[in-house]
Amino acid sequence: MRASSAGGALPKCLTGISGLDDVTLGGLPAGRPTLLCGAAGCGKTLFAMTFLVNGATLYGETGVFMSFEERSHDLIENVASLGYDVEALVSDGRLAIDHVRVESAEIEESGEYDLEALFVRLGYAIDRIGAKRVVLDTIEALFSGFTDQAVLRAELRRLFGWLKDKGVTAIITGERGDGQLTRYGIEEYVSDCVILLDNRVLDQVTTRRLRIVKYRGSAHGTNEYPFLIDDQGISVMPITSAGLEHRTSSAVVPTGVAGLDAMFGIGGFYRGSSVLLSGLAGTGKSTFSASFADAVCKRGEKCLYFAFEESPDQIIRNMRSAGIDLQQHRDSGLLHFEAARPSLYGLEMHLARMNRDIEDYGPDAVVVDPISAFRGVQSEIHATLLRLADICKARGITGIFTSLSLAADHVTESDRGVSSLMDSWISLTDVEASGERNRVLYVLKSRGMKHSNQMREYLLTDHGIELIEPYVGVQGVLTGAARLAQEAAERDAALERAQARERRRRDLLRKRVAIERQIAEMQALLQAEEEEAALVRAHEAEHEGVLTEDRAAMAIKRGAPA
Amino acid sequence: MTQSDGPLYVLRLFVSGTTSRSQRAIANVQHVCEERLAGRYDLQVVDVYQDPEATRDLQVVATPTLVKLEPGPMRRIVGDLSNRSKLLVGLELPENAGKRGAAS
Repeated sequence: MRASSAGGALPKCLTGISGLDDVTLGGLPAGRPTLLCGAAGCGKTLFAMTFLVNGATLYGETGVFMSFEERSHDLIENVASLGYDVEALVSDGRLAIDHVRVESAEIEESGEYDLEALFVRLGYAIDRIGAKRVVLDTIEALFSGFTDQAVLRAELRRLFGWLKDKGVTAIITGERGDGQLTRYGIEEYVSDCVILLDNRVLDQVTTRRLRIVKYRGSAHGTNEYPFLIDDQGISVMPITSAGLEHRTSSAVVPTGVAGLDAMFGIGGFYRGSSVLLSGLAGTGKSTFSASFADAVCKRGEKCLYFAFEESPDQIIRNMRSAGIDLQQHRDSGLLHFEAARPSLYGLEMHLARMNRDIEDYGPDAVVVDPISAFRGVQSEIHATLLRLADICKARGITGIFTSLSLAADHVTESDRGVSSLMDSWISLTDVEASGERNRVLYVLKSRGMKHSNQMREYLLTDHGIELIEPYVGVQGVLTGAARLAQEAAERDAALERAQARERRRRDLLRKRVAIERQIAEMQALLQAEEEEAALVRAHEAEHEGVLTEDRAAMAIKRGAPA
Repeated sequence: MTQSDGPLYVLRLFVSGTTSRSQRAIANVQHVCEERLAGRYDLQVVDVYQDPEATRDLQVVATPTLVKLEPGPMRRIVGDLSNRSKLLVGLELPENAGKRGAAS
């Protein structure tokens, strides 16, 4: 028996159902029966069959499915919608299906009896293929076929004991009853592990949930976990253990808007990050998304666009007016639209669908426009988005999620709830001033990088989104007419400053010329003085020479020796 | 025998081993068959331990179970068949048909 050692001494049996093995910390109790109960239509049979199919295909454990309700043929057809080829497993001898028909109209009771034939039948099926896993679906059907409840209860107790002795891991399904987990109270015989499935309708939208009511001898997740059934099987969404181990990339994905790139320290978003674009109506959320999608496709990467408010053609037409040609990318196959009204399915179906589309298409980037279109309980939307963000992250897909805010200056509840899932958050809003409404954006957060704290005005032009250089006044960022006035005022001031500068420069030049002229004059004067002085010195030297000669001549005349 | 011109009864009795309950069931069904269906019944006793696959073919869950294959429709009578009137209902034989048949 394949058993996981996680969770202590109790050996466990992996179900292979993604999420459930996380919640149960390793699977169902190995070699023991587990009760799976829930109302009609909440997926008990599919759950149980998945347990067997996974056992056969993933863990090499054969299984017996004893059905008290559906015929083998119907059962095989029904689970084929989940992509299970049960027929092949049956012919391989890895799975056995035994349909036990209990028709009360055909049964007459006369005297004492027991259910030994059922034991023999089950034992025979188990031994024939060496089964390690057994499903009894729904054993309570016996209660409608037989009237002697005392016998039935005693026999059920004996059956579960017998299953334990056989060492098979069993799932017994039970119909939900009033005030108790199952209609006939069989939970009192199956005490090791009880899992409750639920299918609730809220605001006309259904959500499936799973809860582990008890798990003797093991720790387990105690929350209600949403789960979904689609053509890829069953997946439980354990919110707390949602994988936080995805590989992260430090590659940069441009935002598609030149000025916006510069507001992020790394020049765009990180590849594989989740980005929230929240904003009021008409702030251009879709245009930002389209710009991003356009940039993705222009790099030759694939983008998947989930539209929940507009049809693909409408988006393409509208974006053409903003100078963004999405049609070319759609034609080249780089851009793919998936459009659906949010009310078309429940959240889990949307998620399942998006998951499938992402898996099929394998995009590099995903746009969800908008996430605020989902209606339902806030926590469920949150769980759905979390799951979606995880799906994207696990695959290294950059996700852009737009969200419609309802009031200016106020971050709505849904935005706040979602923000923890998002790596970057750009808020689009508008500022009302001077009788006009101008659009501004700012980066609320961006994990793992420096980002601008500036509020920036932007324009939706016919050649895309244009960010305008910010004008910060005393009252904050100036937009629109106020910004233009400020611009004009600054232009005037600049002109004045330039004129003043020119004036000063000319004054300086003039002074310089005057002083230089003075310097030249004085130098000329100096030169004249020096020439004069030289002349005088020469004259004096000559005079001195004459005197000396005269003195020598006089001495000779007096006859005195020299 | 007045009843020998009636339909042939094909019966299978499933028992689990040779318990006293099995013995009782066999005795009870044999008694009724001899009394009411003499000469026109085919009764086989199947031990589920010996032939587990047969339980599957005839959708047997409880033991003992008497399965009436012919005449249709198929009926199952579970228990040791100690309740004679229930057994007769299951075999679709009238309670007092024997006496009336003998009288006519």
